[in-house]
Amino acid sequence: MPLTSFSRRKFLKGTAAFAGATSLPTFATADAHAPLTVGFIYVGPKDDFGYNQAHAEGAAAVKAMEGVIVVEEENVAETTDVQNSMESMINFDGAKLLFPTSFGYFNPHVLETAPKHPDVRFQHAAGLWTDGMPTNVGSYFGYIGMGQYLNGIAAGHATTTKKIGFVAAKPIPQVLLNINSFLLGARQVDPEITCQVIFTGEWSLAVKEAEATNALADAGCDVITCHVDGPKVVMETAAGRDCFVCGYHADQSPLAPEKYLTGAEWNWAGVYTGMVQTVLDGGTIDNFVRGGLADGFIKMSPLGPAVSDASRAQFEAVKAQIMAGGFAAIKGPLNDNAGNPLLTADKALVETDIALESMDYLVEGVIGSTS
Amino acid sequence: MTDQSASAPLVVPAHRGLLGRFARRAEAVVLPLAALLVGIAVFSIFLLLQGKSPIQFFALTYQGAFGSAFSWQNTLSRTAPLLFAALCVALPARLGLVVIGGEGAIVLGGVAAGAAGVVFSQSIGLIAFPLMAACAMLVGGLWIGAVGALRYYRGVNETIASLLMAYIAIALMNHLVEGPLRDPESLNKPSTTPLPAQLRVGDIPGWEVHWGLAFGILACLLAWVLIEKTTWGFAARIAGGNMRAAQVQGLSVGRLIIGFTALGGALAGLAGFFEVAAVHGSANGSLAAGYGYTGILVAFLARHNPLAIIPVAILLAGFEASSGLIQRRMNLPAATVLVLQGFVFVSILMSDTLYGRFKMFAPERWRSA
Repeated sequence: MPLTSFSRRKFLKGTAAFAGATSLPTFATADAHAPLTVGFIYVGPKDDFGYNQAHAEGAAAVKAMEGVIVVEEENVAETTDVQNSMESMINFDGAKLLFPTSFGYFNPHVLETAPKHPDVRFQHAAGLWTDGMPTNVGSYFGYIGMGQYLNGIAAGHATTTKKIGFVAAKPIPQVLLNINSFLLGARQVDPEITCQVIFTGEWSLAVKEAEATNALADAGCDVITCHVDGPKVVMETAAGRDCFVCGYHADQSPLAPEKYLTGAEWNWAGVYTGMVQTVLDGGTIDNFVRGGLADGFIKMSPLGPAVSDASRAQFEAVKAQIMAGGFAAIKGPLNDNAGNPLLTADKALVETDIALESMDYLVEGVIGSTS
Repeated sequence: MTDQSASAPLVVPAHRGLLGRFARRAEAVVLPLAALLVGIAVFSIFLLLQGKSPIQFFALTYQGAFGSAFSWQNTLSRTAPLLFAALCVALPARLGLVVIGGEGAIVLGGVAAGAAGVVFSQSIGLIAFPLMAACAMLVGGLWIGAVGALRYYRGVNETIASLLMAYIAIALMNHLVEGPLRDPESLNKPSTTPLPAQLRVGDIPGWEVHWGLAFGILACLLAWVLIEKTTWGFAARIAGGNMRAAQVQGLSVGRLIIGFTALGGALAGLAGFFEVAAVHGSANGSLAAGYGYTGILVAFLARHNPLAIIPVAILLAGFEASSGLIQRRMNLPAATVLVLQGFVFVSILMSDTLYGRFKMFAPERWRSA
């Protein structure tokens, strides 16, 4: 490897005249006054009203900082494409801090690219950094399940049919935690409530998301939320069927102003500006970072016009408990939806519990199956 | 999809000599190049309407795709799957079949390679690589071969069938990697069990490009020999020109159709093998990255000539390699390169009607000028 990178650099130097000043930062010696170039990579469009938009809003906040240049790429596939995009940002833009934001970028792409560039910091969303992985890689994520729990409380008050619905992408731990939290939140209002879940099988598949939303409405669900990359289709379809909606990833209230109750949003603006400031100050970001509502990693959309006073009161009360820390949405006694016991009455999984990141069950009251 | 040699007389008039032969061959090069330029010109107008500079666009394209050693590496690392995917279109096309579902063979080939890798995980690479590749080729070959069989025995349109089967293949892959073949350790990205280090295909020495590129180029060369220099290829070109006539001549058209579609599918399956063994290290949803669809564009641009596929695949990979730089420097959306590809594709399709219309490419018509 040293041989190839040496010859590549030599070649690059030779062609630098053509490439212009743009490729020079790669060879520039560390200069305290040189601006820090930060790269953001998204798996989908930046304006998807969802996962990618949430990260792009964080990038926009970083862009406003002093001494920082932000470069962005959208629609980068989880293949060699992302390795090349990261290398391109390092080679052409002199990026020293990268945020590859899609889960599938982590292994093998970030883990294979990072050792080639020890002077570049790779901050990956949602990955699980463990000891032995490259030390210039970090992973961070937020306890957004708590946001879905609060969504559930608003949903529990709004439903009249006692049936709420969830459009989900894939039966993976993060999604299952959101589904279970949504139902358990609603059951704080009324333990009779059930939540029907439909998996579409893909992170972004508009046609199936619309079909699933219609199927939930047909089945009598009158509050619908989702966990797909872009919630736009679900929100608009559900509101069109006269269902209330709870948002996810970003603020979707403009899509259904009357029907939007609240939403679980990422607050990447605060997280990213903090991380970039750490690097600007010459500090080191921890390799494994997690945070919740209290840490400013997630936030709730403002409550919509359809939210009743009773709903607002309980919502704010539970939110205050979560802000205080140590809150457990998943607590015993708890059975899965096939009747098998999961937790006894004395057990509770607080939001920081690492066991939640390998969840493989749906709790009692969720109608659906993980396989 | 007229074969370019079909319109030429079987006996080349000798009196025109080298110049005549050159002119005849030039048509197959000049027309696609002209179509490419027309596509680029229309795209430039589109850029101007957006208030962006076409000159800056193409300067950045050159810089991002071919302007430095890193750019070349970026381009070439995207080329390998396009070579195989394009052959999956080009080989059946020589028989007059439009197969556009190579994506299905790529993803299932990848799953087969990943599953085989788990089975052979205790073996060394020298034994396991051919077995994994063979599994990938077998599955890919069966998948697209089935399209050929449906066409021959049941008269099912191969274009529609292959496209729809690609969706089935992706659903099947999702089911397999999320169900029976899932590694329980792969929590948030369901995948097959990771391949051990000795079953990973490495880079070509001295380059940061995996071996798939070398095998892709080799496959293109062999496909050219098959089509141009063997009796099977000759028979396929006859059948592509006129299937009825080929049947009357006693050629076994059924075997040709199933054989060529299966071979194309096998090569697409090989692309899946390299994606798993060289890039991802396990089979998962990232296999459906759209290479099969870009391959269609490559094959049509190359007029289904396996040799021409090599430079065309490099060119299109270069467009994609520079896409990031263009997004970052010109603030254009990622879809811009798709727009360019679309204009070029339409332009190439329209140029198909121009073959045989220009006197300068037909030496036998020069005297009457």
